Amino acid sequence: MNLRRFFSRPAADAELAQELEAHLQHEVDHNIARGMSEEKARRQARLKLGSVRRVHETVWERNSLEWFETMLRDLRYAVRTLSRTPAFTVTAVLVMALGIGANVTLFTVVRSVLLKPLPFREPDRLIQLYEKSPDGRREYSYIAGGMYAAWKKAASSVEQMAIYGTDSINLSGSGGQLPEKLRYAKCSWDLLSMMGVVPEVGRLFVEADDRRAAPATVVLTHGLWMRRYAGDRGIVGKTILLDAKPYTVVGVLPAWFLYPDTQTQLWAPIYHEESSGMMEAVDNHNFFVIARLRRGATMAQALSQVDTAEKQVRAAHPTPSTASGASARTLLDGVVHDAKATLYTLMGATSCVLLIACLNVANLLVARSASRRKETSVRAALGGSRWRLLREQLTESAVLAGAGGALGMLFAWLGTRWLVEARPEMARANAIHMDGVVLLFGLGVVAGCGLLAGLIPSLSFLRGPLLEALQDSSRATSAGHARGRLRRALLAAEVGLTVVLLTCAGLLLKSYNHLRSTDLGCATQNVLTMRFALPHARYDTAAKTAAFYEQLLPRLRALPGVKAAGVVTTLPGQGYGGDSRFTLPEHPDFAGGAVQDAIVRGADPGYFSALQIPLLSGRFFEDHERLTDARSVIVSKSFARQYFGDEDALGKHILIKDFDGVPPEGFEVVGVVGDTLWALTEQDTAMMYFPLYSGGWPNASIGVRSDGDVTSLALPIQKVLGELDPDLPVSDVLTMDQSIGRSTVDASFTSSMVMAFAVIALVLAAVGLYGVLSYIVTQRTSEIGIRIALGAQRGAVLRLILSDGLRPAWIGLLLGLVGSGFAVQLIRTMLYGTRALDWVLFAEVGMVLALVAGVACAIPAWRASRLDPMQALRTE
Amino acid sequence: MTEPKKAASGEMLQGTMDMLILRTLVMGRAHGHTIAHVIENTSEDVLQVEQGSLYPALHRLEDRGWVKSSWGVSENNRKAKFYELTTAGRKQLVAERERWQQVVVAIGRILGEAAE
Repeated sequence: MNLRRFFSRPAADAELAQELEAHLQHEVDHNIARGMSEEKARRQARLKLGSVRRVHETVWERNSLEWFETMLRDLRYAVRTLSRTPAFTVTAVLVMALGIGANVTLFTVVRSVLLKPLPFREPDRLIQLYEKSPDGRREYSYIAGGMYAAWKKAASSVEQMAIYGTDSINLSGSGGQLPEKLRYAKCSWDLLSMMGVVPEVGRLFVEADDRRAAPATVVLTHGLWMRRYAGDRGIVGKTILLDAKPYTVVGVLPAWFLYPDTQTQLWAPIYHEESSGMMEAVDNHNFFVIARLRRGATMAQALSQVDTAEKQVRAAHPTPSTASGASARTLLDGVVHDAKATLYTLMGATSCVLLIACLNVANLLVARSASRRKETSVRAALGGSRWRLLREQLTESAVLAGAGGALGMLFAWLGTRWLVEARPEMARANAIHMDGVVLLFGLGVVAGCGLLAGLIPSLSFLRGPLLEALQDSSRATSAGHARGRLRRALLAAEVGLTVVLLTCAGLLLKSYNHLRSTDLGCATQNVLTMRFALPHARYDTAAKTAAFYEQLLPRLRALPGVKAAGVVTTLPGQGYGGDSRFTLPEHPDFAGGAVQDAIVRGADPGYFSALQIPLLSGRFFEDHERLTDARSVIVSKSFARQYFGDEDALGKHILIKDFDGVPPEGFEVVGVVGDTLWALTEQDTAMMYFPLYSGGWPNASIGVRSDGDVTSLALPIQKVLGELDPDLPVSDVLTMDQSIGRSTVDASFTSSMVMAFAVIALVLAAVGLYGVLSYIVTQRTSEIGIRIALGAQRGAVLRLILSDGLRPAWIGLLLGLVGSGFAVQLIRTMLYGTRALDWVLFAEVGMVLALVAGVACAIPAWRASRLDPMQALRTE
Repeated sequence: MTEPKKAASGEMLQGTMDMLILRTLVMGRAHGHTIAHVIENTSEDVLQVEQGSLYPALHRLEDRGWVKSSWGVSENNRKAKFYELTTAGRKQLVAERERWQQVVVAIGRILGEAAE
């Protein structure tokens, strides 16, 4: 009894026929030899052999596998039934494929990004520690160097604690390669070894490298090593120029190490890179801390230890910018927290779509099985078991789910590739790929879909009398009650899920639009931006730095097509850009005499007008305010309101502690300008602007405004920079709109994806309503015919059918709105400037749904009311 | 004249056919027709094989690995499928024969006692 024999049955049968034929021939020969006539010989031989057919049947049966054969038969039957209604089958398969594909894609991503452990040594013992931001607004904020040192002493439950920060640095051109500005990370010497990294070439840092006085060392990432140095192993021991200073390459990282992100290309020891002041300050928050727990220790223990240390430090240094609490999460959470909400939201949305798809297919199958009710009843009456009937129904849905699943896996494969390409900056995007577990998940989903879509229509086989249908007259009027209820429940569930999806999508979209329409406080149209940083090694005096800017700006403004140009340390929307502590000499008692801090910028005299930031009072900087003559400051509107209240800010002074060579009486406020946002979602707008020409601002962003297409100016501007300093790399050449788009890509992606799923759901629900109602109308044709013949008004018929379809829609809508009330709480954190319980949106969704449902139901209802009674009565 | 013999063949004991086929093949490879005739002739026509039922039996024996088959040319120049015993088949024949003899002895005893 094996499958091979089972499948070779036809061949074996043919051979048997030959064999029997040979037997006959021999017997005929034998008989003739005994003296019979040929005819008689043949007849006797046949008689003697007996029934050839029975021999065939016996052998054939011996070779068959009953369960397998029944399954094949069911399968063949299902395929034939389905291929009789190709439109239904194709729709159902496509609907399932979409649902399954989207789900498997999202599962692939969720698994690779959120569930798989990080590729480090014993990653479950790695945690990430944070300070809470001093203003209490951020739970997971940057850590000050001094605080790290205090934590390290106090935390006995961790084996190792390491610190790192990221920055950008200029890699000088060499061997014909252009200079470039790279993202690099500086870390304490033990960070890489703590994570279990083994260098591909050379060594990692040792303790001796990690001092201010140590010779400069650097470790390359695999990517940079391949790209820039063609994988030359001889690079170890060589010197490269970073920010025009020589660094010795000591090692190369393995290719799998892509922490903290794929953009980071170099690593250097942090105590060498940062001043000792920076590493000792307890209120200058710049870094990240990773720790490895001791075996058996918990994250909570580590957190309570660092939190205690934090509070002690805070007690000793009670400045407003010293944080008063610590927080912790696993390293994996630290890496993927941004992706988490997005991915789970999308996963939720795709699950809804899949559920709707299944319900839809189930619904269509229910309708189909209704039309085969008589057939089923007859078969049951003749002794067909319920199990047999159920099996047929399940086989049919399994065939649909199987075909949908096969197509869906293909969709998922394409979808995953597309997603990785569309969102390369997503955390751990490089780790995303399909594997055996994903395949298993896919099979599970397919099985689940098949069962769900098959069992719902089969419910009626398992319960209740089957023979009722036979008792209905052949002029059956309305379909059985139980089926009607089931169908309505399915429709209501579909509509409900659709409403939930629509409200969530609507909220996300609204939030995104809100984000996009946020006024940054400056011109964003036709503005080109780019960034560069003057390396300290070549621009070691304020005079050199100031001179560079003074030469640059007139040249920029002279370029044809440039309407206005300005240079500032960080443009609006480009990030926090740093802050400074200050006191107000005129208000020594402000906030109890505590040191305040606010965001700082260096700006050239023409910056505000170039970016169209309005001057509210006073004046802009002037060209002569350079180097030590730079004694003025311009503040933003909220700064003025926050620190000077109703008084006139002009003429007041601001004393800065962190700057070198500051005027002893403080900077005089000469102007007040409009507020700008440093990020679309951030509201702190108290800013101080200092003259760029003071020479203390090596980081700069150029903003150039033009009348038309501004991108064509990118090359001429880079040429100007190249003429001034051929070894100066430029980065982030973007229009202002692109630069904003980058920061909203997450919101845009999530909202458009969820919206796409919601639209699919809406279409599915509409198709479901329409399909089922059309079906009901066909079923009830003769009933309607009788009604019309007996004088029913066509309007009444229309209402009758319409109410049949719309009732489940109304129930679904109500349930969906209630469900949305809960669902929107889950996406609350992703909403910006939008209330979760937005009644207007709920009403809009309700209206859209009512409209779609109305149209979907009206078509079959209208058709029913147009029936010609004579024809309707004859259809039976 | 052949009537009583036919009756005997119709009641051939379950499993005896297999044994008879195996026994026939001890003499060498043979095709279905030969096997049928050998059984008939050796039993002096007591056992009339319904020739058709021979073939399912041959196939069953082949499935169990007791005989193997190959196509060849018969003594009167016709194509035929030949069967021959395998080693496992020989062992099986020995086992079956023993079992058969035990059964015959047992039945003989019962009948003998009953006759007394």
